[in-house]
Amino acid sequence: MTDPIIKFDKVVKRFGDLTVLDELDFEVQKGEKVSIIGPSGSGKSTVLRILMTLEQIDGGIVTVGGEPLWHESGPNGLQPASEAHLRKMRAQLGMVFQQFNLFPHMSVLRNITEAPVRVLGLSKVEARERGEELLELVGLADQADKYPHQLSGGQQQRVGIARALAMRPSILLFDEPTSALDPELVGEVLTVIGRLAEEHDLTMLLVTHEMRFAREISDRVCFFDKGQIREEGTPEALFTDPNEERTREFLKAVLD
Amino acid sequence: MHWTEYLPSLMQGAWVTVQLTLYSTLLGAAAAFVFGIGKLSRNWALRGVSIAYIEVFRGTSLLVQLFWLYFALPLAGNAIGIDLRLPPVLAGVLALGLNIGAYGAEVVRGAIQAVHSDQHEAARALNFTERQTLFRITIPQAIPEMMPSFGNLAVQNLKDTALVSLISLGDLTFRAEQIRNFTQESTTIYTMLLFMYFGMALVVTAIMRLLERFAGRWRVAGS
Amino acid sequence: MLFGFEWDLSNPLAFAISILPILLIGMWVTIQATVVGFFVALVLGLIFAILKSAPSRFIAWPARLVTEFIRDTPLLVQLFFLYYVLPEYGIVLPAFMTGALALGLQYSAYTSEVYRAGIEAVGRDQHEAARALNLPSARTFTHIVVPQAIPRIVPAMGNYLVSIMKDVPVLSVVTVLEMLNVAKIIGDRTFNYLIPLSMVGGLYLIMTLVASAGVRLLDRYLPKQGLPLK
Ligand SMILES: Nc1ncnc2c1ncn2[C@@H]1O[C@H](COP(=O)(O)OP(=O)(O)OP(=O)(O)O)[C@@H](O)[C@H]1O
Ligand SMILES: [Mg+2]
Repeated sequence: MTDPIIKFDKVVKRFGDLTVLDELDFEVQKGEKVSIIGPSGSGKSTVLRILMTLEQIDGGIVTVGGEPLWHESGPNGLQPASEAHLRKMRAQLGMVFQQFNLFPHMSVLRNITEAPVRVLGLSKVEARERGEELLELVGLADQADKYPHQLSGGQQQRVGIARALAMRPSILLFDEPTSALDPELVGEVLTVIGRLAEEHDLTMLLVTHEMRFAREISDRVCFFDKGQIREEGTPEALFTDPNEERTREFLKAVLD
Repeated sequence: MHWTEYLPSLMQGAWVTVQLTLYSTLLGAAAAFVFGIGKLSRNWALRGVSIAYIEVFRGTSLLVQLFWLYFALPLAGNAIGIDLRLPPVLAGVLALGLNIGAYGAEVVRGAIQAVHSDQHEAARALNFTERQTLFRITIPQAIPEMMPSFGNLAVQNLKDTALVSLISLGDLTFRAEQIRNFTQESTTIYTMLLFMYFGMALVVTAIMRLLERFAGRWRVAGS
Repeated sequence: MLFGFEWDLSNPLAFAISILPILLIGMWVTIQATVVGFFVALVLGLIFAILKSAPSRFIAWPARLVTEFIRDTPLLVQLFFLYYVLPEYGIVLPAFMTGALALGLQYSAYTSEVYRAGIEAVGRDQHEAARALNLPSARTFTHIVVPQAIPRIVPAMGNYLVSIMKDVPVLSVVTVLEMLNVAKIIGDRTFNYLIPLSMVGGLYLIMTLVASAGVRLLDRYLPKQGLPLK
C-alpha cells in the first residue's frame, strides 16, 4: 500500500473533562471512500472537524498528504501550526455541513464563486464558468440567481456540495449531509454524492446514518464507538457479519 | 401675528436641523462601524481605544460633550499651542455624531457577534482569511440586524440636534426661541415646533425603514 | 464665588480642588432631578401602558399616538413648552419641578413600552392557568402577572434611569443649577472652562458607572422566576 493521504496517529481530543477521541489511530488511502458510522457522541463529527481545522487536537499527530496538519517543523522539532500553515493545508480539504451553512446573503452562484475568486484568485469569468459547470453537475443550473432561502433543503445541500467542489479539494468531508432533510429530499442529495463517488478520484469521508447508502458507495466502513474505531472493514463484511457484539447491537438498532 | 408668518424663519431653521441630522448620523454610522469592529479586534491597542471611546461617550452626557468641545477644547488647544476653536456647526456635528456613534458601536458589535458560528465555520472551510470573513460574510449578514436599532438612533439623533441651539447654532429650536423672545406667543410657537419635529421624525423613520428593507433584501424575495 | 465657596486660581490643581465642592452641590441637584424625573416616568408610563392596552380603540389609539408623539419630539422642546406655556394657563411651577416633569414626560413614552413588554412576556398560558384555577382577574393581575413581570421590567427601567441622569443637563436652560450649569457658570466667571467641564465629564462617568453597576446587581439578585408571594 502507498502512504495514506489521511493519518491519525494516537490523536487525543478533549472537551473539558470529556475525552472525545482517545488515542485514535485511523488511516485513509488516496481516492478511498470511507463511511463513518456509530452512535451519537462517539466522535464522528469531531474527526471531520479536526481535519477541516475547525477543532484543535490535544495530543497525537494528524497528517494530511504526508504533512502534519496541526503541526509544522520548527527549529526544535514539531511545533503548533501557524495560520499560514493551516491555510496551506486547508486548501486540500472541503466540507459539506449537516446544516448546509450556505451564505444567506449571496445568490446561489455567488455562494459557489466567492471563495474561488477571493481565495484562489480566479477571475470572475473563470469562477462563473466553474460555478455553472458545478451547478449543472448537481442539477441546479436553473437556480443560479436565487437566494438560498428560496431553495428546498435538498437543493441547498446540493449547492453546499458544489460550493465545496469549486475549491477543487482532493479530500471531501461530509458530516451527515442528509440528516437535516425531509425524507423525500434525501434521495436527490445521495444521488449527487453517489455520482461523485463513482466518477471522481476524490477521497471521501462520509459520516452518515444512511446505512444502505454507505454500503453502496463505500470502499470501507468504520464503526466508531467512544472515540475509538471499534471495528472496520468492507461494507459486506461489516454489515453482514460484524465481529464485535457492540457493532451488531448498533446495526440492529439502526436497521430496525 | 398669524402663525403662518413664522413659517419661513422656522423652515430655515428646519433645513439646518436636517443637515445637522444628516451629517451627524453619517459620522455616527462611520464611528459605529470603526469602533464596534475595533472592540472585537484581537489587537489590544485598537480594542482599548474602542472601549475607551464607547465608555466615555456613553458614560457622559451629550450636552456635556457638546459644551466640552465648544468651550473647553479651545482652552486645551491653547495649552498645547494649537488653535482648536471649532465653529458651532463643527462642534455640533462632532458631538452629535460621536455621541450617537458610541451607542451605534455597541449595536454593530452585538449584531456581528450574533452571526451564527456556522457561518464562520463555512468561511474557514473555504479558506477565507479572517478579514475576508469579517467584511464579506459576517458584516453583510449583521447589517440587517442593526437596522432597527439604527432607526431608533437616527430619530434620537434628530431630537438631540435641538441641543445645538444652546451653542447658538441657528437650527429649528434656535429660530423658535428667537421668535418667542420677540413675540411672546409661546403656545403657538412651541406647538408648531413640536409638530415639525414630529413630522421630521416620521420622515426619518420612513427612510430608515426603506434602508432596512434594502439591506435585508436577500432575506425576503430575492431580486 | 458660588454657593459660598471661593475658587483658587493660583494653579490648576488648586482650582480643581476648590471648585469640587461646588460641583458636588450641582451633582446633588442632578441626582435629585434624576430621581424625581424617574418617579414621574414610572407613574406616567404605567398610566400610558394601561391606556394603550385598553379594550376600547377610542382610548388605546389616542394613547398610542400621544406616546409616539412624546417619543419623537426633543426633550428640550418639551421642556420649553412646559416652562413657557404652562404659566399662560395659570400653572406656575418651580423650574426644578418643570424640569423633572419634562424628563418624566419624555421617558414615560419609553417606560410605557417596558411595562407593556414585561406584562406581555408573562404570557397567555399563565392567564389561562389562572382562569382555570378560577382566580378573579384583578387577583390574577396582582398575584400572577405583576410578580413575574417585575424581574423583566426592572433592568430595562434601570437603564432608563441612567439615561435620565444623562439628560438632566438639559434642565440648565431653565436655570436649574445642576452640575453642568454650575460648571458653565464657573467657566463664564473664571474664563477657565477646561477644568470644570472636564471634571463634570469625569463625575458623570463615575455616576453612570455606579448606577449601571447597581442595575446589574439588582438584575442579578432578582429571582428570575418572579417574586415569591408571601
Ligand atoms: N464544542 C464542544 N464543547 C463541548 N463538548 C463538545 C463540543 N463538541 C462536541 N462535544 C461533545 O463531544 C462528543 C462527540 O461529539 P461529536 O459531535 O463528534 O459526536 P458525533 O459522533 O458526531 O455525534 P452525532 O451523531 O450526535 O452527531 C459529544 O459528547 C459532544 O457532546
Ligand atoms: Mg455529528
